[in-house]
This record gives sequence, C-alpha cells and structure tokens, in this order.
Amino acid sequence: METKDINEQIKWAQINKDVLSSLVNPRPAYWVAVGVCLLLLSCAVVAEIYQYNTGIGTADLDWPQMWGLYIATFIFWIGMSHSGTLLSAILHIIHADWRKPIYRFAEAMTTFSLMTAGLFPVIHLGRLWNMYWVLPYASDRGAWPNFRSPLVWDAFAIFTYLTSSALFLFIGMIPDLAICRDNAKGWRKKLYTFLSMGWEGTDRQWRNFRKTYLLMACFLIPLAVSVHSIVSSDFAMSIMPGWHVTTFPPYFVAGALYSGCAAIITLFIILRYFFRFEEYMTIPILEKTCKLTFVIAMAWTYLLFAEFVTAWYGDDIPSKEVLIDKFTGHYAPYFITMVFFGSVMPFTLAFEKLRRHIPTMFVVSLLLNVGMWLERWMIVSPTLSFSYQPVAWSVLWPSIVQWAIVFGSFGWFGLLFLVFVKIFPSVSMYEVKEMVYHRRRAIEGDQAVAMHRRSSDPQPATEMPGA
Amino acid sequence: MSFKNILNNWSQYRRGREEGGFHNYEHKWGMAIDLNKCIGCNACAVACYAENNLPVVGPERFSKHQAMHWMRIERYWDEPQLGHLLPVSDYQEKGASFLPMNCQQCMAATCEPVCPVAATYHTPDGLNAQVYNRCIGSRYCSNNCPYRLRYFNFWSYYDVSWPAPLHMQLNPDLSVRDKGVMEKCTFCVQRIRVAKDKAKMENRKVHDFDFQTACQQTCPTTAILFGDLMDPDSKVSKLWEAYEVRLNEVEIDKPEYEKENPELRGYRVLEDLNTDPKIMFLDRVREV
Repeated sequence: METKDINEQIKWAQINKDVLSSLVNPRPAYWVAVGVCLLLLSCAVVAEIYQYNTGIGTADLDWPQMWGLYIATFIFWIGMSHSGTLLSAILHIIHADWRKPIYRFAEAMTTFSLMTAGLFPVIHLGRLWNMYWVLPYASDRGAWPNFRSPLVWDAFAIFTYLTSSALFLFIGMIPDLAICRDNAKGWRKKLYTFLSMGWEGTDRQWRNFRKTYLLMACFLIPLAVSVHSIVSSDFAMSIMPGWHVTTFPPYFVAGALYSGCAAIITLFIILRYFFRFEEYMTIPILEKTCKLTFVIAMAWTYLLFAEFVTAWYGDDIPSKEVLIDKFTGHYAPYFITMVFFGSVMPFTLAFEKLRRHIPTMFVVSLLLNVGMWLERWMIVSPTLSFSYQPVAWSVLWPSIVQWAIVFGSFGWFGLLFLVFVKIFPSVSMYEVKEMVYHRRRAIEGDQAVAMHRRSSDPQPATEMPGA
Repeated sequence: MSFKNILNNWSQYRRGREEGGFHNYEHKWGMAIDLNKCIGCNACAVACYAENNLPVVGPERFSKHQAMHWMRIERYWDEPQLGHLLPVSDYQEKGASFLPMNCQQCMAATCEPVCPVAATYHTPDGLNAQVYNRCIGSRYCSNNCPYRLRYFNFWSYYDVSWPAPLHMQLNPDLSVRDKGVMEKCTFCVQRIRVAKDKAKMENRKVHDFDFQTACQQTCPTTAILFGDLMDPDSKVSKLWEAYEVRLNEVEIDKPEYEKENPELRGYRVLEDLNTDPKIMFLDRVREV
C-alpha cells in the first residue's frame, strides 16, 4: 500500500521534466474534455444571446419565482472558490506540507470559479447592459449605488476576492514561471519571460517572495470567510421565511468549503490522469483531502441541522411552513436527495478502502457537488415559491434556457481551467522540491543538507575553522 | 469628546428619531379599503390597466405567472366548520372573501434597502417610488416584498400588447416600460403630481378631494378610499383614527381593549412584520 505522500528520492530534474511535460503532451482525454467544455459553453452563449434579446421571460422565471437557478448556481460557484484559499492559505500557515503538490490547481480553481460566479448576477439581470450601475463610479448625475443593498456588498466582495486570489495565484507561480522560461521556446518563451518578472532565484528575491506570499495568505483568509458571509446576507438580510436565518453566514462558509473540497478531489483525479501526475498527486494526498472533506461535511451537516432546529422551535410560522414544505412538498425529492448526498454520502470518505479507490472517489466527489448544488437551489427556490402571501405560491420548472446557461457555466469554468493547466504548471515545482527536501532530510539527515548546498551558500557552523 | 459624551449624544439623537429614516414628509398618501363593500368585481384592476399602461400579457404568459396586474383581487374561502370532512363545494357556498391588493406603500418598505442601485426609494410624499430608468432588473425587491406586489417585465410587451390602433389609448402621462424593469402600483403618482401642481398654482394645499386614484374612481361600491394620512381633515385619516389604526404601531402592541373591540375592524396586512404599510383594510363581517 502506498503510504508516502511523495517519493523523497525523486530527483530535481525529474520533477522539472515531469511537470514541464504536462504543458505539452497531455493524454488524449484532455482534448475530449476541452471539446465537451466548448460544446457546453457554446450552448450557453446561444441561450444567453436569446435571453438578452428576448427578455428574462425566456428563462421561465415567473412571479414570484424571480431568481431560480441563476442565483443558486451563483452561490454554488462562489462556494467552489473557497477551498483554493483553504488549501493554499490556511494550510500554508499551519505548515501542512501535503498541500504542496495540489494547491496550485486548487488556487486556479478559486480564481476561475469566481470568474464563473461573477457572470451569474450579470446574466440574471433584467437589463444587464446597465450592470455597471452597481459599482460606485464617478457619475455626473451624482448617482451612487445603494450601499445598504447586499447585492452591492456582493459586487465589492467578489471583485476584491477575485483580484486578491488572482494575484495570489500569480505570485505563487513566479518561481515556476522562471523554470518554464528557462525551458521554453517560441511564444511560450516570450510569455514566461514577461510573467516571471526577472526571477533569478537570488536570496533577496526568495526572502521578498516568502514575505509577500505569507502576507497575501494572511490577507486572503479573512477575505474568503467574508465573501461567502456576504453572499449569505443576500438571503439572511431579507425578510422572507427560510431566508431570514441568523446561522446562514457560517452555514454558507461551511457549504462553500465542502463543495470546494469535493471539487478538488474531482479535479485531482482528472489532472492526475490527464497529465500522468501519479508521482506527485499520490493516493495518500488524496486520502488526506478526503479526510478534510469529511470533517467539513460533518460541520456542514451540523449547521444544516441547526437551521432546521431554529426554524422548527422558532416562533415564525411561515418559516416553519417553508421547512415542512421542503421535506414534504413539491421540492421534497430534490431536498431529500440533497440531504442524502450532502450528509450521508460523505460517510464513504470515512472508510480507508474507499478513500483509496480512485473511481469511487471520483463518483462520490461528483455526487457531493451535485448535493451541494441542490442545496443552493433548495435555499433559493422554496422560499420564493412559498412565502407569506398564499396567492403568490407557485412552482415553475426552469426552462431549457436556464439549464443551458447553468451547464454552460461548467463548460466555461472547465475551459478556463483546462487552458490554464495546459499553459501554466499545475503542480508547484518549487514547493514540491521543498517538500521532497524536507522528507529527505527527515530520513537522511545532514547528508541531504550537504547534497543541496550551493557553492555560494554560507558554510554551516560545524565546518568553521576551530570548531 | 469623551466616550460618555458620545453615548449621551447618541441616546439623545436616538430619542428624537425613534422611527429612523426620512422624516420631513410633505404627505403620507394612504388608503382605506372596506372589505364589507368589496364585491370582487375586478373593476379596480381593469381601471389600473387602463390608467397605468399595464401590458396585457395573454393567457399563456398569465398562466406562467408573468402577468402585470398592479391591482389584484385575492380570494379567500372560509374554513369549513368541520375541517376537511366537508366537501369543498359546501364551504364555498358563502362565496369568497375578497382582498384587493395593490402596493402597500410601506413606510418601512423592505424592497427599498435591498435595491442595489436605489431604483426604489421613499419620496417626500411618503410614496414608495420606482424609478424605471434606474432599475437594472435584479428583482431583489420583488423577492423581499412579503406581499409579492412587485411585477417584473419579463418580456417586451409594447408591440404585442397594444397593436395599432390600441397604442392610441395609452396614457400619455406616464411611460410604457420595456423588458427587464420592475414595476408596481404607484398610487397613480401622475394624478398626484397634476393635483399638486394645480394646488400650487392656486396657492393652496392639495386636498384628497382634488383627485382620485384610478381604482378608487372606478370602484362601484366606493370600497376604496384614498387620501393624505398627514392631513387630519382628510377622510382617510379620519377613518384610520376611527378604527384606531396608526402608522408605526403594530397590532400586537395595541392595548387589550382595542384588540377585543369587534367594532374596530381596521387592520393592515402582515402588520407584525413591521413594514408599516399605508393601506388599512376594514375586516369583512359575515353572518355565522
């Protein structure tokens, strides 16, 4: 049984070679995936053009079902973006070095899922050509956005998080880009030369790099928590039964980390296959990610339960009705499925045999995310369908336009991600080297230190004359 | 400035402004709807369509709940005496109770703080205004309206709803809304504007007998009464006073003798949500 996170005997040159080869020759399945993503995306583009020209009515949104899948999928993608920060920032600060081979793609996932999420509030707008009115820009009419509206907070939070996470992704990649630069030809050479910003690997550069990276990590953690809290306030700040819930911010953050971790497992398995990363994305690392997911799943389950309990023992009759309706009414099949996928399915992660079985984990991680997507839908739709005024009780199945855009968003995300991993190293070479070095040192001691010393490095104290 | 000073000043500030929000209202236009008089004829809804250029969406879109009726008549049937043991037809014999619902023009409107671009706000007239040109169609206001009285232009209606020569009947005093805009009852703000302008020309205060809203004008049983709640002489404020319904006061906070008095039929819909609606309904009295 494979127990080591990484083979500590692996050579530096081998790491470079393996990772750099991922930029040129993926398995054929990669191109199939790109094709599927393009197909999905083009469906969504057609649907969006149709909706733009004809009106939101094409989405079969109605009164009172005003938001539907768009906002549900928006929350889903925002949630997806949280685990990248978890892996790269939180685990960086607590020195969990098993994250090192997998954090790069998780971080890319953060940035790209935010870019996907940001599209949905725009797509769902009735007059999306005026979307910039949400931003506080200098207008000669003196018109400002309404700073009391959670939607405006959303816009700020998403833009801040997107900028920071993209910057974080880029900064963390600079040493690797320099390696790419040294090995590339043609347009890639030009690109990497520009992006690596003159990185030479001097001590001063490394010191500054470390400081910046740590600072960015510390900056990003509160940001990640605040972003989904603010998204949850879209609902918690409202007056509607089933939305006006105090526990929503932590519940949303837990759900975000949950779906993000499940997505990391999925992408882990996909990348491992596409780019032949078996040496780096090892089974023990997958197992650790699964354990993390399991813990977060249980936290989420607890908060879900807390939400039920507060509604059930509360004094608010409409909230109770919405809760009962979720369990027994029109949305019951989806709701029960969501509870099953979200709370029962993660128990497969508790078994070592299953955790180590890659096909099982692939299916399970996908199902977990189906559950989490359903969860977002079950937050948005039942409240809209069954609120205070009985006249306005209505359910409407989303139209093909809505579905096309929702599925297209997966194509858009997948395409961005696949293009990224083809152009940039999806395994952090320098951090894997660090990891290998530390593992080697634990086994071989001073021999490993001596092996990796450069001639220009200061000599260790033991070799000082007279010592 | 000491901490104590700040606290003192703050509490003094709060004491003067317990209600919060905007205070220098010129008017507070409100309504009183007597449900005893309402016969559910839907004339008010039709009048609203004519006055406010509401598009007729057609049966297919209507059944999809995409209709634009600013004024709607809700129907409620009494619960049967023996619960579900009676067939539905038996307790429908008495007929429905009707509840005409248009925008409640809440003083603490839940739709206002959530609009990202402040397209809906409170005017000095005490009206909950909707600025069509500013609306970007995020539909958050409708989602946060507990009465669900905001309607969204899911489609472009002007070429299908008013084919020539029907476009000649459009009211020139207000705009026709295009797709992607939220709209709702304005208390016939165009009529309020005309009346106010006229009163200003004549150098007098505007009175509630200067004008009527379209629904009030059309109601065959005069169930709907419209006027200024700030003007103590207006019929509406007298009626509100008579039925002990006051702005900023929730029914559950009323003294017991007021709650138990069967003569006091006045209530506001979903009053305990503290939205402070400006439409008072007079409860229907039915034979037992």
